[in-house]
Amino acid sequence: MNLLRLTAIEALKHMEEGTVSSLELTDAYLSQISSHDSEVSAYLKVTGAEARHEAAAIDAKKGERAPLAGLPTAIKDVLCTEGITTTCASRMLENFKPIYTATCVRQMMEADIVTLGKTNMDEFAMGSSTENSAYGPTRNPWDLGRVPGGSSGGSAAAVAAGEAIWALGSDTGGSIRQPAAFCGVVGLKPTYGSVSRYGLIAFASSFDQVGPITKNVMDAALMMRYLVGKDPLDSTSVAHPAEMKMPVKRDLSGIRMGIVKELVGEGIDPGVMTVFNDAVEKLKAAGAVIGEASLPHSDYALPAYYILAPAEASANLARFDGVRFGLRAGDTNDVTQMYEQTRSQGFGEEVKRRIMLGTYALSSGYYDAYYGQAQKVRTLIVRDFGQALDEYDLLISPTAPTTAFGLGEKTDDPLTMYKSDICTIPVNLAGLPAISIPAGLSGGLPVGFQIIGKAFTTPDLLQAAYSAELAFGFDKVSPLIEGRDQDGI
Amino acid sequence: MVSHEDVKYVARLARLRVEEDELERYSGQLSSILNHIDKISELDLTEVEPTSHVLKLSNIFREDVSRPGVSREDALANGPSVENDAFRVPAILEG
Amino acid sequence: MEYEAVIGLEIHVELSTESKMFCGCRVEFGGEPNTRTCPVCLAHPGALPVINGEAIRSIARIGLALDCSIPEKSIFHRKNYFYPDLPKGYQISQFDQPFAVEGHLDVTLENETFRVGIERVHQEEDTAKNIHAGESGRIAGSTYSMIDFNRSGTPLVEIVTKPEIHSPQVARAFLNKLKNTLLYLNVSDCNMEEGSLRCDANVSIRPVGETTLGVKTELKNMNSFKYIEKGLQQEIARQVELLKDGKRIVQQTVHYDVASGDISALRSKEEAHDYRYFPEPDLVPILASREFVEEIRANMPELPHARAQRYISGFGLSAYNAEVITASRELADYFEETIAHLDDAKTVSNWIMGELLGYLNATGQELSECKVTPEELAVLLGMIKSGQVSQNIGKDVFAQMCDTGSKAADIVATKGLTQISDETELEVLADRVIDANPAQVQQYRAGKQQVLGFFVGQIMKETKGRANPQVVNEILKKKLTG
Ligand SMILES: [Mg+2]
Ligand SMILES: [Zn+2]
Repeated sequence: MNLLRLTAIEALKHMEEGTVSSLELTDAYLSQISSHDSEVSAYLKVTGAEARHEAAAIDAKKGERAPLAGLPTAIKDVLCTEGITTTCASRMLENFKPIYTATCVRQMMEADIVTLGKTNMDEFAMGSSTENSAYGPTRNPWDLGRVPGGSSGGSAAAVAAGEAIWALGSDTGGSIRQPAAFCGVVGLKPTYGSVSRYGLIAFASSFDQVGPITKNVMDAALMMRYLVGKDPLDSTSVAHPAEMKMPVKRDLSGIRMGIVKELVGEGIDPGVMTVFNDAVEKLKAAGAVIGEASLPHSDYALPAYYILAPAEASANLARFDGVRFGLRAGDTNDVTQMYEQTRSQGFGEEVKRRIMLGTYALSSGYYDAYYGQAQKVRTLIVRDFGQALDEYDLLISPTAPTTAFGLGEKTDDPLTMYKSDICTIPVNLAGLPAISIPAGLSGGLPVGFQIIGKAFTTPDLLQAAYSAELAFGFDKVSPLIEGRDQDGI
Repeated sequence: MVSHEDVKYVARLARLRVEEDELERYSGQLSSILNHIDKISELDLTEVEPTSHVLKLSNIFREDVSRPGVSREDALANGPSVENDAFRVPAILEG
Repeated sequence: MEYEAVIGLEIHVELSTESKMFCGCRVEFGGEPNTRTCPVCLAHPGALPVINGEAIRSIARIGLALDCSIPEKSIFHRKNYFYPDLPKGYQISQFDQPFAVEGHLDVTLENETFRVGIERVHQEEDTAKNIHAGESGRIAGSTYSMIDFNRSGTPLVEIVTKPEIHSPQVARAFLNKLKNTLLYLNVSDCNMEEGSLRCDANVSIRPVGETTLGVKTELKNMNSFKYIEKGLQQEIARQVELLKDGKRIVQQTVHYDVASGDISALRSKEEAHDYRYFPEPDLVPILASREFVEEIRANMPELPHARAQRYISGFGLSAYNAEVITASRELADYFEETIAHLDDAKTVSNWIMGELLGYLNATGQELSECKVTPEELAVLLGMIKSGQVSQNIGKDVFAQMCDTGSKAADIVATKGLTQISDETELEVLADRVIDANPAQVQQYRAGKQQVLGFFVGQIMKETKGRANPQVVNEILKKKLTG
């Protein structure tokens, strides 16, 4: 059996029955990492020794196994892990060892996951290709000449390359769903507020959410059970009203799904549309009631997002000042010089660009025209979704306008890069839950299918996504895993 | 649209150093982004309420009980320049 | 031309909650540097603030005590600027939706009452402490600074008055009344030396009758009300001089040098401030329901005025005594503790007004430094009432208690100061002075009543004042007329 093909749930079953040990499973993933991560670069740090130690300890444990015992997990380097270097893919935090662990990571650790390491990302989660990492880009396991998407590109690539059984990502404007789409895996952005942000290094506080990147919907549902929960340390976290029950085999009869017409129009790659339309037919065949939905203001989503998110970021990143942690540059005895040298050397291009953009939007004289206006646009987008989701149970669209693009293809022009998130950004403005599942291939590259749900109805969303997954019947894996089948591990 | 002066001003506020030869690039990039962003000025939103929170939460309070924080060692562990149990920084001139 | 001063005050008050504004670290002054911190108040990546509910109750009390209205909704903003003592690079504060607005506080000065309007009262957090190397407090000259984050995130309430104060004296009186009110509310220890009460003053002048405001300057962090008054006087004088010489006043921060009494301009920051306020996304709004406000109002501690009324109607104190005693919560508490041990409010208040305050004034001591506990004062007054010691000796005993801190009973015993009321003992003395002064006896018997005083004096001299005057009078009258 190829351990790299096991889903988290299958692996748990095997470990439960003793046919596979935690250590064997962990070793399978560690060996895949050692043979392939030099080309994929999904990880910034692999904690192999600690992982084997944890796995062995789990195997040695007597009595009932913890719910996630032995699952080899990759963690996006935006999440604080006590004592384990957490860099956010920035020079600024090259040697930063957090003194506490993010709540959501802690909850998973308490369920006995095995931590394989920290994954690569766009610096401070600002980007859509993982090319903005200070430590070099991650490559797409389906085509090493292409990007894995971003900002959670390392986590998505790790799962797609068989370098982790599942991974944690974070999504501010599409950073879980878009890389999941590019890498042919499942990515869920939960409802804003359902997963604690404590320990998630902030990019845009009113948008950021942590979520699962997994091989299939079932695994995403399983991980969600250990991510959600009200955290007294996060004022914006709430107890998830609906219980995180696991999806069951069921068709989609009676489920009303609205195709968001603004997100299937021009600007979407024809190859992507073909896969999307085939997928829609499969959903109809599975009993879904498909119609057309509209988000009249979605044209304004990207502009509003690129005011609000950078504005919040400009403040969130002010704490990186060379005083209490992280890089301190320049040997100067002028404090302003110290700030400017530290921040100019510590931050990369895109981060500086967004800090300046956000600072500009907030600076005196511009607040009303930019920040104030964008907050009002946000209100309209929330209303749009409200109306569309009165009419439909769920909304659907492609996850991204294209499949994975080539490395360096969009790095010269920020704006074209920003536009690769047009399908995902509106969802973050409204704080809704949305999932990307692979629907098929276009030109040999995975195409993601996005399903958007009502706030705090993640279990329903996951149920529909599971039914859709069965309808799509997508069973391809990246060549890096397929190759292993012959190795007969 | 975003002048060199604007870039300098904003960089100053954000404590970022922008070299003379970078001004052109940044003002160009920021201008093209803002060009796109300016689309939102088309809308008349005088009647619309701003949204800063999608969650309708209010009055989330902590109980006023103290608990031990982190040890001084942990507090200073990541400090790039530490001396006499405190963080050292270049001289501060009061403003 | 005649000028009038226009003064507005900004007061920062550190709340004496148990924990910090947004984290569970203990609030306390000083201590070993960086021993009361956590990821939140060190602004480590990923850390988030959570509002301290007690701080909100405290600011509600302050708002109500200053007759402010409490808007139904208030929110926190981020105030963005870089400074090493500001770990997040922004201060969580309030901007256009503060917790309380539009209040006032009346102050009386030489029985004239001034109403000082309160613009706003808002909640924020304190910064860390800069320890300037090459100390001596002077900032200039030090080549680097050290930062201690123990204070970082301490709950801070900012109170802003309207520019409606027209004299340094009223400014000082206002600050005294405000401080006293805050002490009554039990929200802060208002210790200026430790910085739990800090005050900045904006001051401008304008020709009398003019209604528009002149160019203002800011007097920053003065560390006593006395110096705020002095500093304002100096600054106003400086501004008047400038205008009289036809010069302009520049908007700037000025420093008052306590030692020399001079005003000097502080080196101002390079760029104009652009704080880029925006709503704090990590916190949710505060909704102050009518129920909440009424609940706070119902449980407000008794304020000076109410307490004075209680003393007048309940204990029959004079309006003057009642006001003086309640003018400081400490003194009023001292008064009430004393009468708890001795049920004679009038006597107690007279002693506090006369002897206690007299002693404190003479020695320049604070009440907190006074060695005489309310209980001990009660004991002494009890001895006087029971006639154990005379009124006059009692005053000496009190002075000694203040100096040495010893108990009344001990002083009286060791120095043998108990009053002599025993008739036989006094009759012996009386006979002795009568025999010793035949001439005066003649005068008295000839009808010169006042000579009686002479004999009383003689006996008092003999007894070092311990003889009971009433008893002595009777015995002498009896013997002289007999
Ligand atoms: Mg303030
Ligand atoms: Zn703390």
